Amino acid sequence: MSDQGEQKSFQERIDNGETIEPKDDMPDRYRKQLIRMMSQHAHSEVVGMLPEGNWITRAPSLRRKMILLSKVQDEAGHGLYLYSATETLGASRQEVIDQLLEGKAKYSSIFNYPTLSWADVAVIGWLVDGAAIINQTMLARSSYGPYSRAMVRICKEESFHKKQGYEMVAKMADGTPEQQEMIQDAVDRWWWPTLMMFGPHDEDSPNSAELIKWGVKSKTNDELRQSFVDRHIAEAHEVGLEIPDDELEYNEETGHWEFGEIDWDEFWNVVKGNGPMNKERIKARREAHENGKWVREAAEEYARKQKLSKEKAS
Amino acid sequence: MSTATKSKELTKQEALFEYLVRLADDRLILGHRLSEWCGHGPILEEDIALANIALDYIGHAANLYEYAVEVEGEGRHRDDLVYFRNDVEYKNLKITELPRGDFGFTIARQFLFSSYSYYLYQLLSDVKDEQFRGMVEKHFKEVKYHLRHSREWVLRLGDGTEESHKRIQDAFNDIWTYIGELFHQDEVDEFLQDKNLAANTASFKSDWKDLVSDTLEEATLDVPDFDQFMVEGSRQGLHTEHLGHLLAEMQHLRRSYPDGNWQ
Amino acid sequence: MSKENGNKSEDTQWPLWEVFTQPRDGKPHEHAGSLHAPDAEKALENARDVYTRRKEAVNIWVVPSDQIVASKGEDEGPFFDPADDKPYRHPQFYSVPRVSKRRS
Repeated sequence: MSDQGEQKSFQERIDNGETIEPKDDMPDRYRKQLIRMMSQHAHSEVVGMLPEGNWITRAPSLRRKMILLSKVQDEAGHGLYLYSATETLGASRQEVIDQLLEGKAKYSSIFNYPTLSWADVAVIGWLVDGAAIINQTMLARSSYGPYSRAMVRICKEESFHKKQGYEMVAKMADGTPEQQEMIQDAVDRWWWPTLMMFGPHDEDSPNSAELIKWGVKSKTNDELRQSFVDRHIAEAHEVGLEIPDDELEYNEETGHWEFGEIDWDEFWNVVKGNGPMNKERIKARREAHENGKWVREAAEEYARKQKLSKEKAS
Repeated sequence: MSTATKSKELTKQEALFEYLVRLADDRLILGHRLSEWCGHGPILEEDIALANIALDYIGHAANLYEYAVEVEGEGRHRDDLVYFRNDVEYKNLKITELPRGDFGFTIARQFLFSSYSYYLYQLLSDVKDEQFRGMVEKHFKEVKYHLRHSREWVLRLGDGTEESHKRIQDAFNDIWTYIGELFHQDEVDEFLQDKNLAANTASFKSDWKDLVSDTLEEATLDVPDFDQFMVEGSRQGLHTEHLGHLLAEMQHLRRSYPDGNWQ
Repeated sequence: MSKENGNKSEDTQWPLWEVFTQPRDGKPHEHAGSLHAPDAEKALENARDVYTRRKEAVNIWVVPSDQIVASKGEDEGPFFDPADDKPYRHPQFYSVPRVSKRRS
């Protein structure tokens, strides 16, 4: 079968809404794009543990400490599900982690911003997880089976992440003057970086069209960003918080909120590695990996010795 | 320093409060140390495992503090005990407050503390206090898993590579001086034991020593001397300098804004 | 790690395992996902920690991933289509008299 023919029948399967499984024929480019996208997603979960993990030991109540610890732990789990899903495409975890540690792989830029106050933990849950859910709900319908199944599991677990964040935001917004100030400051710092999470405008996003054609995504960056804005402005107003955008205006005709332009210079700068925390994040992951090397080796050596002595005994 | 250990005649209420707080402090502080691993574990699977155990400990502590303030009956919240006591008012065993160290140190401490907790919870399963016993029975299931998890790691690190063998052996050697006071009994323990409300830790010391020795030997490790010099005083609030820093980190936000609702 | 890698000491993330969890007593095990572990005991422990954080299981199986043999997409026709024309394997194929549940 010619490459062209294969591509066509693959596209037919996609258009029919079929799910692609690991052992099915798939175009090389589909495989490569998925490996890139899924491993970036996995890295984002794991690097994403760091900004929030920064506050576990300082959480101001036992209840909040337990919620935060279990949330950050969930993120490790989600990274693990996604690395596993990526492995079904033939990219081993070791290989993709090496790319991250060597600075060759990307992850969501949002995690290159620092968590400066406890309110940041609340706002990350509300805004960052809120944005993630919008993206992930779409990906749960992706054409690649293992990715879509991982997403279904992740969406189930993450619904609590956003809810606990918004609960905390609401309580602080209704709290002492200091708490109110703290939470507004966090919203001011995180609003724009969260909007950047959806990526460049559609016309500047060459991957987007291809991913939609292949049924990996079903909505464009700008569409997803719009649904995020609509939902979160309503939630902000509900608890009396200001959104730091002078150009916000509700359009009665479209039923959508219109909003200002993202600072794309800042966006590209952070993507290129010049965000406030890029270097620290990779350094932390590298240290964990290097400090864990002797542990991983020990367990493997023990397993080898055990197997050997079992073989001898039998 | 708490009034409970100072006063001449303990009441049951005072003694039980003190006992619950001691148990809770051990678990909170160790949970805190383990939670420091979150995001920094040697492999994702183990990162998740350590966070699970940290969550168990902090959950156990939360239950114990909650019951303690109920026993005390002065309308305090469990968080008051966590965030508004100073170093000398904390009664955790020193072994729990030592910095997390490398993974070998963490595992050595986990194994020593989990095996101790295993026997402790066995005895506490018989206390004559329904609410206390109910809590213990729930926690005990998790404690059994902690023992399994840490014991399996001791075997792997001890009988793994040359490097892992050395690291875990060093860890056991360093930590050994802190295990003596796990079995120390004072008037609070004795008072409550008479009423079947506390465990006599001295009674399982030899079983515990056997379990520890057998495991270390199976892991091809040397068992340090059980009769070496052992530090004391944790239950009277005598700590290492590490605790102060831990508490400063843990408490600063809550103390900076004591009027806020942080639930 | 193993002989295939020769003597070269390569960093490793441990071998891959597939995890199957039984959601409730009496239910069949279902594929939950995969993980990395150095051996069977640690694979079980990791599976417990990774896949049952919300009480999703009462029992776990772990299997080294390279021990799983799967049919391929191209096998779909020859493997499963023949079952299409065997309606007699399904209970709906049969019509039987209705029997009243009353005892008398």
